[in-house]
Amino acid sequence: MMRYDRQIKLDEVGVSGQEKLKNASVLIVGVGGLGCPAAQYLVGAGIGRIGLIDHDRVSLSNLHRQLLFTEADIGSTKASAAKQRLQMINSEVEIDVFEEPLNIENAENLFQLYDIILDGTDNFETKYLINDACILTEKPWVYASIYKNEGQLAVFNYQEGPSYRCLFPKTIRQNISCEATGVLGVTPGILGTMQAAEVLKIILETGNVLSGKLKLLNILTAQDQVLNISRRPEEIQKIRKEGIIPVRIECNISDETRYYLDIREIFEQPKITSDKVIQIPLSELEDRLDEIPKQEEILVFCQSGKRSKKVVDLLQAEFDFNNLKNVEGGIETIIDNN
Amino acid sequence: MKLTLRYFGMIAEATGRTEEILNVSDQIKLYDLKDQQIKKYKIQDPEAVQLVVNQDLNTSTVLKEGDEIAFLPPFAGG
Repeated sequence: MMRYDRQIKLDEVGVSGQEKLKNASVLIVGVGGLGCPAAQYLVGAGIGRIGLIDHDRVSLSNLHRQLLFTEADIGSTKASAAKQRLQMINSEVEIDVFEEPLNIENAENLFQLYDIILDGTDNFETKYLINDACILTEKPWVYASIYKNEGQLAVFNYQEGPSYRCLFPKTIRQNISCEATGVLGVTPGILGTMQAAEVLKIILETGNVLSGKLKLLNILTAQDQVLNISRRPEEIQKIRKEGIIPVRIECNISDETRYYLDIREIFEQPKITSDKVIQIPLSELEDRLDEIPKQEEILVFCQSGKRSKKVVDLLQAEFDFNNLKNVEGGIETIIDNN
Repeated sequence: MKLTLRYFGMIAEATGRTEEILNVSDQIKLYDLKDQQIKKYKIQDPEAVQLVVNQDLNTSTVLKEGDEIAFLPPFAGG
């Protein structure tokens, strides 16, 4: 117990608290910027059993923020490399490794094996999956998310508290990851450490667990604030009734019986996945006119309906296309929002 | 009446600021204000944006002088 002496000295921990930590289990989903610091502190604190699930491998551009890993780990799976390092910190902790993605098939079974789920993921699909599987298995989960220099932190599905869907019933149609936007190593370091703190409070039954609240942090301005969020019972009931509802970030066309021409540039979002859509960016259109059929009616769209209107008018007047029709109002009016 | 709007994440980028004080008609409803700002700054995926009035999500849609409204988008990074 000498190892834990400095935390046992706290009234909030004591010998009985240390016993609670030893008897607890935590599943860390995603061993990246958030998962690394969280795992490090939870292992240090003497949590009895920790699960690490991640299918990704360590790469050089991870090392500035995922400080469990060293240059020698590049190419190794994150879950195994993290376990190796974590056992060097504390060999008393039992560590389970799952080198696979969390998905709709394995989520509920895995969550049954742990008391608390810690979200270290970087995409909306998995955050909603964690949320739904936690509702079904009645487990609390500790959420964190980052956009550049800002972070969000909350505990969901804790006792009678709200879920992630109560906060964000709908999401945006693209994942904006730290890889894409850039991030300082300290930002997930701080958020992941705060997630570990929430886990410890839940296990020790002490302090104010961040349930029914959302903490917002801005690393650049050093400002933070806490918002109150409440339950939307219909969002929780829906999952209890229907099971996990997969969230897809790429979107589909609502009427798949028609043909479409997407003249947006390749970087424009959301991306459409459908074989009924021909994609020719406006900047390449003149050179690729022969790819556009002249028989079937084709609905031409862009983001707002403005560029596509010009294209329809131009192709009709100068290139003899009489089968084109503009989608007024742009992409929003033709995608499937369900 | 005067309202303080606070912007987060990509909304702060779209608006070019983290805070804005706005003078609006006393009759304005929360969702009219949302529509107005979404149009003004061409904010993407407006249905995902949550409005938080005086640090409380899902409160009344009736606004009053001095209210603080946060425009909150979901984040994915980690």
